[in-house]
Amino acid sequence: MSDAVTVSGASKVFPLARGQQVVALEAIDLAVAPGEFVSLIGPSGCGKSTLLRLIADLETPTAGTIEVFGKTARQARIDQDYGIAFQQAGLLPWRTVTANIELPLQLHGVGKGMRAARAAELLELVGLSDFADRYPDQLSGGMQQRVAIARSLAESPELLLMDEPFGALDEMTRERMQDELVRLCAETGAAVVFVTHSIPEAVFLSDRVVVMSPRPGRILEIVPVRLGGSGKREDGLREATEFFAAVTAVREALHGVPSADVRGVPSADVRGVPSADVRGVETR
Amino acid sequence: MTRSRGILSGALGILLLGVLWEGYKAIGPGDGGVINGLTVLPRANDLAMPHLVTMFTRLFEPVTAAPGSPTLWSAVVQAAGFSLGVAAVGWLVGVIVGLVLAVVMQRFRTAESALLPWVVLSQTVPLIALAPLVAGIGAQVRFGEARWQDWMSVALIASYLAFFPVSVGALRGLESPDRAHVELMRTYAAGWWNTLVSLRLPASIPYLLPAMRLAAANAVIGTVVAEVSIGLRGGVGRMMIEYASASSGDPGKPWAPIFGAVAIGLIAAGLVAAIGWALRGYRRGEVVA
Repeated sequence: MSDAVTVSGASKVFPLARGQQVVALEAIDLAVAPGEFVSLIGPSGCGKSTLLRLIADLETPTAGTIEVFGKTARQARIDQDYGIAFQQAGLLPWRTVTANIELPLQLHGVGKGMRAARAAELLELVGLSDFADRYPDQLSGGMQQRVAIARSLAESPELLLMDEPFGALDEMTRERMQDELVRLCAETGAAVVFVTHSIPEAVFLSDRVVVMSPRPGRILEIVPVRLGGSGKREDGLREATEFFAAVTAVREALHGVPSADVRGVPSADVRGVPSADVRGVETR
Repeated sequence: MTRSRGILSGALGILLLGVLWEGYKAIGPGDGGVINGLTVLPRANDLAMPHLVTMFTRLFEPVTAAPGSPTLWSAVVQAAGFSLGVAAVGWLVGVIVGLVLAVVMQRFRTAESALLPWVVLSQTVPLIALAPLVAGIGAQVRFGEARWQDWMSVALIASYLAFFPVSVGALRGLESPDRAHVELMRTYAAGWWNTLVSLRLPASIPYLLPAMRLAAANAVIGTVVAEVSIGLRGGVGRMMIEYASASSGDPGKPWAPIFGAVAIGLIAAGLVAAIGWALRGYRRGEVVA
């Protein structure tokens, strides 16, 4: 079976006024296997969102190719091979929670009964069955984001694209949502490309963390993480030694510190490192 | 609570207007205060400014002294009903034309730059000049057996005033969805039509409702003015002209069709408010007025 996502030699250049241009992405190569969870992390302007948008066919690459399940990104979009969630939940305010989840199904001509059944199933999955008939403005930010995730799962995609979906949530909600996402991925078996700027979030969720740098956006390093085995990540993992080791590895890749021997390996050195927030990086 | 307060302050406003009228009438100079042969203030005599009581009691007297003449209020109600019907047709046509224009302008950027200046320019043409022209052209139109009627000219002019706020408001509304929503529709591979129906039209409703209210007011004004200009019988516009000639001997009479026109305006605004209420589901998050 072909990879969920294959990015080869992709570049994206945005033209500016007066003939100037910004190189958002340069020569990106990345493959995401089916069922794999890959995070894109890096400082603002490193092109991580642009890369996600290229995969989603919301932008077209200036050079190189993007394939999703062996098709062009455009064909994959038309065939609805992926579900997508943004930082803003982006629910339609005039539709109930159920009607919002049904939107993609309705647009693609799924019958009324089927839509209702699928929406009920997804609401159950994200734990919002009691809120089926509410409107988005009656929900908290975390609940809205759960509805958006349920909506992205509506057509049982094999690939989920998520652009900082928990970025606007408070830390408590965020950790709970991360736990839920791990569970959802285990249940659906979908591959995920997840954009974030939180190192612990990337480490907790991912099989691999893609570390990117800005101007021009490039991949610095791909850090394999895969803690606790897919679907078995639990809250206790956030306090485990290997979690901190992986956080350190990603952080050092991000900051360009030589990190050849610590990556993903819990060692005395790593444990001895003072908690990363002392050094100004988000760890919780 | 807030509702009863709204009604109360509305009633107070009307009362205040009445007090101002009668107050000026009590203290104002009857001949308007002539200085060097120039009248500097409105005349406060009974002919120019009849008492409110005169206006209201006149409503319950017959239209003319001729035997069998109906009461004034019933004549006004009939005329107002006629004008309201014509205005409603004009409003409906105006809203449809305005919506279609907005959709076309939203769909084709070039259409927006080509059409919008004309839409704005169209509103600078004086209505009085336009009305006889429309009636003149209309008189030559025939659909088989059916003839172009004068009331159609009036409705057409009403729609001409009504379409403008709708086209401008609807265009803003159609372009109001967030980029995130538009992109979401794109990821669903939803075409232009689906995006219009599922996203742009519902999103435009909070913009459309005030535009439709403006359109209703415009349609009423357009109807009354066009009735005068074309000379269409049966409505309050023509009635105003007819009764104004009686004002020297019967100062209360010309006010009756004015009250009629006000009533049409209120009913039209109320009907649009009812539409807004029916569409309240699309106005979530909007501050309830």
